[in-house]
Amino acid sequence: MAFYIALFLTGLANAAALFLVASGLSLIFGVTRIVNFAHGSFYMLGAFIGVTLMQVLPGAVGFWGAIALTGLAVGLIGALVEIVVLRRIYRAPELFQLVATFGVILVIQDLALMIWGAEDRLGPRAPGLRGVWRIFGEPVPKYDIALIAITPVILLALWYLITRTRLGILVRAATQDREMVGALGVNQAWLFTGVFGLGSALAGWGGALQLPKGGADLLMDFNIIGAVFVVVVIGGMGSLPGAFIAAVLISVLNAFGVAFLPQSTLVLMFVVMAAVLIVRPYGLLGREEVAGEHGQVGAPETPIRPYGPRGMALTTLLLALLAALPGFAEPFVLTLVIDIVVFALFAASLHFILGTGGMVSFGHAAFFGGGAYAAALLVFHTETPMELAFLFAPLAAGLLALAIGWFCIRLSGVYFAMLTLAFSQLVWSLAFQWRSVTRGDDGLINIWPADWLNGPLPYYYFTLILGVGGILTLRHIIHSPFGYALRAGRDSPRQAEAMGIDVRRVQLVAFVLAGMMAGLAGGLFVFSKGSVFPTELEIAKSFDALIVVFLGGVKTLAGGVVGASFLTSVEHWLTRLEYWRLLLGLVIIALVILMPEGIVGTLRRLALRLRRSDEEVSR
Amino acid sequence: MTEILRAESLRKSYDGFLAVDGISFSVREGELKALIGPNGAGKSTCFNMLTGQLKPTAGEVYLRGARITGRPPREIWRMGVGRTFQITGTYRSMSVIENVQMALISHHRRLFSFGPRAWKLYRGEALEFLRTVSLEDQADRPCSVLAYGDLKRLELAIALCHRPRLLLMDEPTAGMAPSARIELMQLVADIVRDQGLSVLFTEHDMDVVFAHAHHIMVLNRGALIADGSADEVRRDPRVQEVYLGGGTLFKEAGDA
Ligand SMILES: Nc1ncnc2c1ncn2[C@@H]1O[C@H](COP(=O)(O)OP(=O)(O)OP(=O)(O)O)[C@@H](O)[C@H]1O
Ligand SMILES: [Mg+2]
Repeated sequence: MAFYIALFLTGLANAAALFLVASGLSLIFGVTRIVNFAHGSFYMLGAFIGVTLMQVLPGAVGFWGAIALTGLAVGLIGALVEIVVLRRIYRAPELFQLVATFGVILVIQDLALMIWGAEDRLGPRAPGLRGVWRIFGEPVPKYDIALIAITPVILLALWYLITRTRLGILVRAATQDREMVGALGVNQAWLFTGVFGLGSALAGWGGALQLPKGGADLLMDFNIIGAVFVVVVIGGMGSLPGAFIAAVLISVLNAFGVAFLPQSTLVLMFVVMAAVLIVRPYGLLGREEVAGEHGQVGAPETPIRPYGPRGMALTTLLLALLAALPGFAEPFVLTLVIDIVVFALFAASLHFILGTGGMVSFGHAAFFGGGAYAAALLVFHTETPMELAFLFAPLAAGLLALAIGWFCIRLSGVYFAMLTLAFSQLVWSLAFQWRSVTRGDDGLINIWPADWLNGPLPYYYFTLILGVGGILTLRHIIHSPFGYALRAGRDSPRQAEAMGIDVRRVQLVAFVLAGMMAGLAGGLFVFSKGSVFPTELEIAKSFDALIVVFLGGVKTLAGGVVGASFLTSVEHWLTRLEYWRLLLGLVIIALVILMPEGIVGTLRRLALRLRRSDEEVSR
Repeated sequence: MTEILRAESLRKSYDGFLAVDGISFSVREGELKALIGPNGAGKSTCFNMLTGQLKPTAGEVYLRGARITGRPPREIWRMGVGRTFQITGTYRSMSVIENVQMALISHHRRLFSFGPRAWKLYRGEALEFLRTVSLEDQADRPCSVLAYGDLKRLELAIALCHRPRLLLMDEPTAGMAPSARIELMQLVADIVRDQGLSVLFTEHDMDVVFAHAHHIMVLNRGALIADGSADEVRRDPRVQEVYLGGGTLFKEAGDA
């Protein structure tokens, strides 16, 4: 019994940092409607700044003073980020904000690397709280007890701030009705900055508070963000008590998981999340999101058309060039093109549900990596012939998409995005922790194509045919009645339902289709590299695809392909530099702010403008 | 005339606030019936319960005697009930004719077809519907550039695509010039006469209402206070009370 109590206390103690970070994210979302993916980065900054300050400031006063100062510092950094980056894109679609905050993640990662180096830092012990207390005979670290005492105090303080102060009234008003704040005569811009700063400060405090139990390292940002999203999704977006309950639930569960099922701690968390969401799609204390009358924000679109003769000719030319490439190009170019085609198919599949369907999935890597793993597992464990295993990639990914889609399609907008992300993390955690089957981060290796395909040349054509075939199939579907039905559901779900379209069914089918195509890309990928690692399922992989779709332009059909070529090539050159993330992050942020229509969209607009001035000249 | 639609004690409450307070009425075959009332009376809420966008808190809806309460909008549409909305919800990324084609594709149950090019399907048929509402010369314009009044007419064309037996129109002429309003309602009246279709519509313009409606219902704060012919409604003291100062409007309409 005493052992269980000790475990329970450990869980409660761990909930402190998780709750702090999650409450910050929830607060920011509630007011600004921005899902701050860089929130994990603020947590990491909190840890690093905390360690540094604790080394400088001595004693207990120094320790707690360092923690307090850390929060303030991170809060200031957050406010700065808000002013420089986010303030310009509040009215933009979710995807823009996601991409921008992803740029911030990259920048902070490299800045942290520059300042603190690549080594992990161990957190100092808290002065005066070094030992353990015995509770029913079980040792419980004193610092854990301190954390357990602190967490409710923080909840109460936040609760007081939100319910009893003028700032709180504004925050609540903004959470419920954004237009109203403007009517109250408040400077909305500064309210948003303030809230963003406060949310970031909370993340910073979380990072600093966990130092004696953990430390600071450069992977913290992504490591916590999955758990934080689970907490926010379970608790309900924008609900502080919800975040508290969920943080405690997840942390306690985790403590027991570590003791009894050490191989499945991560999986457990996502299973709980799925269970909660079946019963309450908007989380324990979340309110149903009242969707706007119209589906999408942003400038109106012109109707789509397949390419005219000129576009057809260009595409044919490009394909002919690719087909002839092995005749004159060096081998590394072929490898690069294979990478591009694989990535382009992956991105095109995301573009299909995102651009045409309006479903912003943050977890598309689940299907890419899922397909890759499905084929690799078959080859690895049963020595299935490559051809069969390869077929299995899109099939398994499609089934996975069916299962995940069934949960996610019920939600829309940000909720859909968070849920897809959480599910992709579930798949990732399976690959990462189920070592007996997946070999964890050792990955599955020696997954080579069949003999007739083995070799750069045959595999190049194999990839070209299937990859291009997949992309063209998706494009064809966009112009088919099904594609139109999908777009109808995006443009105006109410109207679509009122003309006999089962929007969710259409979306589910599209989701499965996209999953299959991503799985196909994953299959092509695994046999081209000969191996697969959990990194192919990571958040970063999903984000890569999102960035590509964004770079190319959401509303253009060629977007995914152009973006993929751009990013793959850029990364190919950029990754040779030491601080390439910083550069890439800055480029991404600049693109979001300067070229919100993406590369293709911007080029098209420039072309239009040129043509128009031409006409004026000729007149 | 047999009745096509019947509502029984239909009620909708939002956190205790009664937007629609237990109203009962029916619409008969071939009837052009208006539902009028001041802003916030509950007209749109009532419509949304009839066509499935909202679930009633209590009460029942029957279509030709069959209970359809709480059915999803798409099923009610397939039973032959058309609907236009107060705030138009056309597909902004499609051209005018594609909007109509989309409805036809759904009507012909080709939604899950992956082969053909969608804009080639039912183009002639779609043009016919556009012609009925005089939009054929704008067929290939992007929907997003249409004037508001044209959008309303497009909505009507879309709503006619599955040859409904009953059509519910929420403020079909809002945002139009007065002459265009009369014109559009005349068109609707013609369709009602020619095809034996029933129409239930809400409208703030009393000229339009009294010029065309066979029967009029008056809703006030969620309660139905009158249901009868134009004359009966006009003379009803409770209606006159609701429309304080609006009495002149009635007279003008009556004289017209
Ligand atoms: N989702 C909701 N939550 C709370 N109250 C609502 C909601 N929707 C409508 N109401 C209220 O219900 C009442 C009826 O609204 P409804 O839109 O049906 O009126 P209406 O007669 O169509 O008005 P109008 O002529 O302005 O279109 C209004 O007072 C409105 O504020
Ligand atoms: Mg209304």
